[in-house]
Amino acid sequence: MIQLIINGQTQNFDSTLNITQLLERMALNKTRIAIEYNGQIVPRSKFKEQILVNGDQLEIVMAVGGG
Amino acid sequence: MSNLIIHDKEYSSRLLVGTGKYKSFTQTREAIDASGAQIITIAVRRTNIGQNTNEPNLLDLLPPSKFTLLPNTAGCFTANDAIRTLRLARELLDGHNLVKLEVLGDPNTLYPNVLETIKAAKILIKEGFHIMVYTSDDPIVAKQLEDIGCVAIMPLASLIGSGMGILNPWSLEIIINNSNVPVIVDAGVGTASDAAIAMELGCDGVLMNTAIAASDNPVLMASAMKKAIEAGRDAFLAGRMKKKTTYNASPSSPINNTISKNKCA
Repeated sequence: MIQLIINGQTQNFDSTLNITQLLERMALNKTRIAIEYNGQIVPRSKFKEQILVNGDQLEIVMAVGGG
Repeated sequence: MSNLIIHDKEYSSRLLVGTGKYKSFTQTREAIDASGAQIITIAVRRTNIGQNTNEPNLLDLLPPSKFTLLPNTAGCFTANDAIRTLRLARELLDGHNLVKLEVLGDPNTLYPNVLETIKAAKILIKEGFHIMVYTSDDPIVAKQLEDIGCVAIMPLASLIGSGMGILNPWSLEIIINNSNVPVIVDAGVGTASDAAIAMELGCDGVLMNTAIAASDNPVLMASAMKKAIEAGRDAFLAGRMKKKTTYNASPSSPINNTISKNKCA
């Protein structure tokens, strides 16, 4: 089991996974989000390559209304 | 009417609007359409984990083919948070570089922290961002932000969301007269006359959100703002008459050949 910190919350997963798999689990559309992985932006084109391991921190953001 | 030019791109509308505080996405879009705005601000926030993914997304409402989206850094109180937010925004919008930078200094007044703002702007400009920057109405800070390469200077008219209108037209006028990049009043406009006054001062545009979204009828207010911006711009270009220095009238009609026997003029 691994733990990831996603948007400040600890989440448990059965095994390591890549970002594409994570988004599928979370039912998020990859064209409507952006991801910071341990402080670095991950381009969409690299989602499949980026393997997530225990303790990784992710910020997953979207557009919302604002001024 | 001349167009607004921001970093080599022309816009026929000088009204920029936000997307916060509306009752629904439908109302947001209707108000934006009524405003005629082409540059639309959005905020960047964490996705809700376990959210209903069937919910409509703001980006579906505002196709980048039709609007220029301007991601902001609202809610950021440090240069670092603002930088991280805009890097995420650029990725979210497929490499879109035009952004609104604001680094706030205090949660009560939302007054900009200009030192952190300048620090963030320098780093972001090096990374290729085109910065439209929210700032105070301090003319020296405005000039410094221009000098480091910001593409538009956006001083407050009064506090964000206050609707207090233009509290210091004199400072804004100094900023406008000294600036070689567009000056856009951002924050504080409450109603149409405030927007017209900003434009009559010579501002290149006005950015607003709450004045439209928090009115009783946002779609109608959006339309009013569109007209106010156009009227204010035309009045600025036309050049207003000189104000009399003493409070005397000056007749608009000929004073001779009236049918009146009394000569009072």
